[in-house]
Amino acid sequence: MSKKAISMTVNGRPVEAPAEPRTLLIHYLREQLDLTGPHIGCDTGHCGACTVDLDGQSVKSCMVFAIQAEGAEVTTIEGLAQPDGRLHALQEAFREHHGLQCGYCTPGMITRAYRLLQENPDPSEQEIRYGISGNLCRCTGYQNIVRAIQAAAQNLNSVPEAAE
Amino acid sequence: MIPASFDYHRPESLAAAVQLLGSLGEEARAVAGGHSLIPMMKLRMAVPEHLVDLRSIAELKGICIEGRAVSIGAMTTQAEVIASDALAQVCPILRETALQIADPQIRNLGTLGGNVANGDPGNDMPASMQVLDAQFEVAGPEGKRKIAARDFYEAAFFTALGEGEIMTAIHFEAPSASHGYAYEKQKRKIGDYATAAAAVILVMEGGRCSQASIGLTNLSDTPLYAQAASEALVGSSLDPAAIDAAVAAAEAIADPVTDSRGPSHFRRKLAGVMLRRAIASAQNRAA
Repeated sequence: MSKKAISMTVNGRPVEAPAEPRTLLIHYLREQLDLTGPHIGCDTGHCGACTVDLDGQSVKSCMVFAIQAEGAEVTTIEGLAQPDGRLHALQEAFREHHGLQCGYCTPGMITRAYRLLQENPDPSEQEIRYGISGNLCRCTGYQNIVRAIQAAAQNLNSVPEAAE
Repeated sequence: MIPASFDYHRPESLAAAVQLLGSLGEEARAVAGGHSLIPMMKLRMAVPEHLVDLRSIAELKGICIEGRAVSIGAMTTQAEVIASDALAQVCPILRETALQIADPQIRNLGTLGGNVANGDPGNDMPASMQVLDAQFEVAGPEGKRKIAARDFYEAAFFTALGEGEIMTAIHFEAPSASHGYAYEKQKRKIGDYATAAAAVILVMEGGRCSQASIGLTNLSDTPLYAQAASEALVGSSLDPAAIDAAVAAAEAIADPVTDSRGPSHFRRKLAGVMLRRAIASAQNRAA
């Protein structure tokens, strides 16, 4: 099947790149746009390493065709830090609280946590665990990930201007 | 894993979608949230030549409640089902069921219609549709028709949905305001299909159960409406003997396969355990 130019907005920037209808969003992001932050983990919709924000909702980009996201707004882990390189509160908190070991799940984990905190700015520990239940981590036992998200939520709530 | 090539279509009206599916014939597949079909396409167990994406059809979305009459558009996502306070007010079992499906990311795209139309015995919503005695509205080349949820499932992945037909809406009458409900699901981990699950709706009047409806998930090649088990509860005070009779009747119709979730006899017993918990929870919640 022939390729077709597919356009969308990624990390606030309008983009257009050719893709076949069967091209998955994760491949479009990684191979056409060189956004290799979202990872391919299980490739079966279980692990959440490929999580991105699609029109204000967390989705697994290995389970969406790029053409289905035509015209959509997509945010990846690359879109969370400030343009001047200052890290997002979640990124800072994951570093501070050692919310990672090998780092493979981290982009998906943080991108999911970013949306979770938009939906629920002051989540309980249980709500965090439930909210990230679509993201698997095989190193940390989740303890420090949950701590990092709690710390980021606290930080964002005490400094409202840093919320985005 | 890369699916085989296909042509992509995104019609903006139901009429256009029906027309497209009709003209493209059996090599075309409709896709809702895609979380059952796309994995099958990646494994090349499904190789449609045409994908007709229903995501832009506004008339397939939304939850409409008039009194106790509920209509839910087939493309309403599980996340939208969970988020609807109005729906949870009249029929909370659907929120409880949706919260046990997959994970947050998948519920953002996965749809109610896809979950009920897919015909996978592992899908959770069909059991709740059994207990609600829901009607599925479908549209096809011959027009629209309604099919009872209790008549819809024929075998694993075989349903009463005809060639070229699209599930458009789910209709049901919400149970009386005083009803109790529960969807109890045992699974190995978040995101897994049920090892066994039971849906229960019951109404208590003066300490007696006046209505009961029981459904079972992933315990046969179709969702099960457990009629004899339901009848075993009606008229009782939900005393141990009545519950034992309902559990025995449910276990008698459960015929789960032995798979990675456990041997058949374990899963059948687990069906009874889930049913006991669901009855207890529904009884507690009944006014």
